[in-house]
Amino acid sequence: MLQLNTLLLIQYSLCIPLVAAFFAAVIPYRNIRDGLMVLTSLALPLCVYKIYQIILAGSGILEWKFFEIIPGIALHFRVESLGVIFAIIVAILWVVSLIYSIGYMRGNNEGNQGSFFTFFCIAIFASIGVAFSANMLTLFIFYELITISTYPLVTHNRVDKTKKAGRAYIGILVGTAMLILLPAIIFTFNAAGTLDFKVGGILTGKISSQFTMLLLALYVFGVAKAAIMPVHKWLPRAMVAPTPVSALLHAVVVVKAGVFTILKVVVYIFGIENLAKVSLEFGQYGDWLLYVSAFTIVAASLIALTKDNLKQLLAYSTISQLACVIMALAMFSPKGIIAATFQIVAHAFAKIVMFFAVGSIYTVSSKQKVSELSGIGRMMPFTMGAFTIAAISLIGLPPAVGFIAKWNIIDGAMGAEQFFAVVVIAISTMFNTAYFLPIIYKSFFEKEQPGVGVIIDNKHGEAPFLMVISTCFAALIILVLCVWPDIFWRLAGMVGK
Amino acid sequence: MIFSANLPALQVLIPLIAAPICSLLSGRRIIWIFVALITFITFACSIAILSQVYTNGTISYPMGGWLAPFGIEYKIDSLSAMFLLLISGIASVTIIYAWDSVEKEISAAQQPFFYTAYLLCFAGMLGIVATNDIFNIYVFLEISSLATYALVAMGKDKRALIAAFEYLILGTIGATFILIAIGFVYAMTGSLNISDIAMRIKPVLGTMPVKMAIAFFTVGLALKIAIFPLHLWLANAYTNAPSFVSSFLAATTTKVGIYVLIRITYNMFGREFAYTSLPIGQILIILGLLGILVASVVAIMQDNIKKMLAYSSVAQVGYIILGIGLANIQGISASLLQIVFFSIAKAAMFMAAGAVLFSVKGVRLENFAGIGRRMPFTMTAFIISGLSMAGIPGTAGFVAKWYLLQATISAGMWHVFVVVIISSLLTLVYIWKVVEVAFFDRVDGSKGGINEAPLLMLVPMLGLALLSIVLGIYPGCITGYVAQVVTGLFGG
Repeated sequence: MLQLNTLLLIQYSLCIPLVAAFFAAVIPYRNIRDGLMVLTSLALPLCVYKIYQIILAGSGILEWKFFEIIPGIALHFRVESLGVIFAIIVAILWVVSLIYSIGYMRGNNEGNQGSFFTFFCIAIFASIGVAFSANMLTLFIFYELITISTYPLVTHNRVDKTKKAGRAYIGILVGTAMLILLPAIIFTFNAAGTLDFKVGGILTGKISSQFTMLLLALYVFGVAKAAIMPVHKWLPRAMVAPTPVSALLHAVVVVKAGVFTILKVVVYIFGIENLAKVSLEFGQYGDWLLYVSAFTIVAASLIALTKDNLKQLLAYSTISQLACVIMALAMFSPKGIIAATFQIVAHAFAKIVMFFAVGSIYTVSSKQKVSELSGIGRMMPFTMGAFTIAAISLIGLPPAVGFIAKWNIIDGAMGAEQFFAVVVIAISTMFNTAYFLPIIYKSFFEKEQPGVGVIIDNKHGEAPFLMVISTCFAALIILVLCVWPDIFWRLAGMVGK
Repeated sequence: MIFSANLPALQVLIPLIAAPICSLLSGRRIIWIFVALITFITFACSIAILSQVYTNGTISYPMGGWLAPFGIEYKIDSLSAMFLLLISGIASVTIIYAWDSVEKEISAAQQPFFYTAYLLCFAGMLGIVATNDIFNIYVFLEISSLATYALVAMGKDKRALIAAFEYLILGTIGATFILIAIGFVYAMTGSLNISDIAMRIKPVLGTMPVKMAIAFFTVGLALKIAIFPLHLWLANAYTNAPSFVSSFLAATTTKVGIYVLIRITYNMFGREFAYTSLPIGQILIILGLLGILVASVVAIMQDNIKKMLAYSSVAQVGYIILGIGLANIQGISASLLQIVFFSIAKAAMFMAAGAVLFSVKGVRLENFAGIGRRMPFTMTAFIISGLSMAGIPGTAGFVAKWYLLQATISAGMWHVFVVVIISSLLTLVYIWKVVEVAFFDRVDGSKGGINEAPLLMLVPMLGLALLSIVLGIYPGCITGYVAQVVTGLFGG
């Protein structure tokens, strides 16, 4: 076994995706390139696992301070439990989605694969940076790097439609970051004199309650990656991207970086106790974040119900699920934080499986609509089986990890006596069932029906091997995490301690 | 140690003496090698001077042994050392770019004169920064301006002649104003040495001639700096000048004017008088804000990319004088950082535009169609520098923007804060317009193969783009030095 210098684990985790990006950029032979990339990517889960062990044992502080950017604020990384949770998700799903993407890009004969994988790996690098950043400025730098590096992925097919979608993508994400998030960060710096993430927050007692609430609003809407309405518009439009990109964006990197940023801001900039106290002062207006996220949950679910295009449906489902995370967070209680973390984990694995399934279906049959899916389950049993597990997880039934997430949210809401939230969760579960169940029913129990774009008796089988194996592997994790959620339990329990 | 003791003089004299020699040379590659060598030596001088200033403090050098205030004194403090390094640094990078670019754009017969004009312009700028004598500043200003008019006029397009003529007229008016101001100051104090004037001017500060002097200085310099309503010469001059000239001038000329503005207001009239008793600060802030907004919007509407970059320069001048106008420590630090970071980014962007001109023979928006695939390195340099200008975190521009925003907060000017925030998005809009065309539109098939620019054009622009990132992550070397400069200015 390789002897790792454990003090350099942060540096290793940041370098691994860059090495992979380098391979992708310079090696012209695709087999060698893809092989080396996958091999490199395998090192990341190992690294993160080591970090997890150290954090869990409490046997050392992993920290890396780079240069000072602004006097007093350095490019600074420090590992804490929230960051590890995000890093674990990114590390596992990077390997899985890399393997899947290789299958997809080859299966669809996409061009410019080298530059595609380069930006893919740079986006992973940026996510790891977000996960381990020790202050808001470092996080902000990597947050923006995610936006910039995923833009070429979203617009991979260079046609007019992607140009417009790309414009919305970069416009909304960079626009909100520059117009809302940056002022929020500067205000924070001026009020607190620091931007370091500290347990219990850095703003407690430094600013008035009104300003605290205003600042929270600036953060929530400034981080448009979390897609709280009305800054969600970029997400459905970004669906013009190739499906592995959608999977990466909407399950792992972009949206998770968004909610994760808000989570980190709430826990380490404001401090949950501080926020709970401040929100009490405002009576029922203090719960505005709860209402905003509840509105997003319901509205996005309703829109999802009207969508026939699979990727659009999944996009709106993502928006609603992300709002669930924010709602759990908006209770400003330790239980709410744990619930939010589990929701992030559950959604990440379930959504990536769903996008993988959609991509596989598209690759073999060019079908993109719900109404065309009749009978597809019989031809692609593994893919649709995995899809079913993911749907069960998102609906929140055992034996999938989504069950634990939903349990925690309701438990948290009951504990905080937020019965409004319980009702919203119940409604959202109903909606989830209403838009996922027909897909499963159609694919397994209906016969293939004639229609535009459907070739009857097109006896395609399963998708290419690489795609099926990665889909099934991710689905397996959903099941495993339900019976063995230990890793995330322990980490979530350590948040804010 | 004769060499190191005379560095302040050599700094200016080497390119100045090299200029006439250059006009006598023939054989174009030989000329280039000579000019490049001179530029590099000058750059080395700047580095040596900077390290001397950094360790030993301000250098005072009496020209010809005649002591100040009677003789001409060269005085190099940390502010001038920084500008010397900036000018000669940018010159060294752009001169590498000139190898291919000038060869293509300037006919062989004109090349000796072209490089002579360049060296004169270069020497003039260095002289302005090195000297401590206001009349000497005027002389060098004219040397560099006259050379600049000639450089602009050598653009391939006929419009370059008109642009140069416009520039000549407006530049001369500006220079005349400055001369009148110098006359007033001399009449009131009987001295031309800046340090000497600073002492003698105190008793007469409130008098009308001194107020007139500062007014004439400000307006005259505003013309040279291209502060918003007086910016008209800049757009055409930068657009039609040869690519090498555009990238060199965009990074240096206006910055030298700003240097003189800082020098005069802080070290001659005194900060108190200029920014507290007189409303120069407020005027600069208002003009800066208008400049940022108007020029950014005009830049968005341009189809000619060089013209777009020129208007973007006007907007950047707005940012810089905004910081000066705030007249607090963070404001002036922000301005100095912006001068450095914008110079780096703007030079790289003009080089990229020049590279497209080199390969596609046009710099209109439609000429950029499909460039992203054909000239990936050029576009990489363009995008990174553009992001730096827009102030995306991780690039040098972000650091400058952060300082500026902090300055507006500590001055309590929220309207300025809002404008700065919004305008960085406007920057992104015009950068992205180019990016979309370059990556989404297809190359017109009939034009045949478009190839990446030659190596010697790529290296300088990629180097500058890389510098934008490195300084965005490790700005400590510059911010630390700027802090020292500002303490000097505020008499710490």
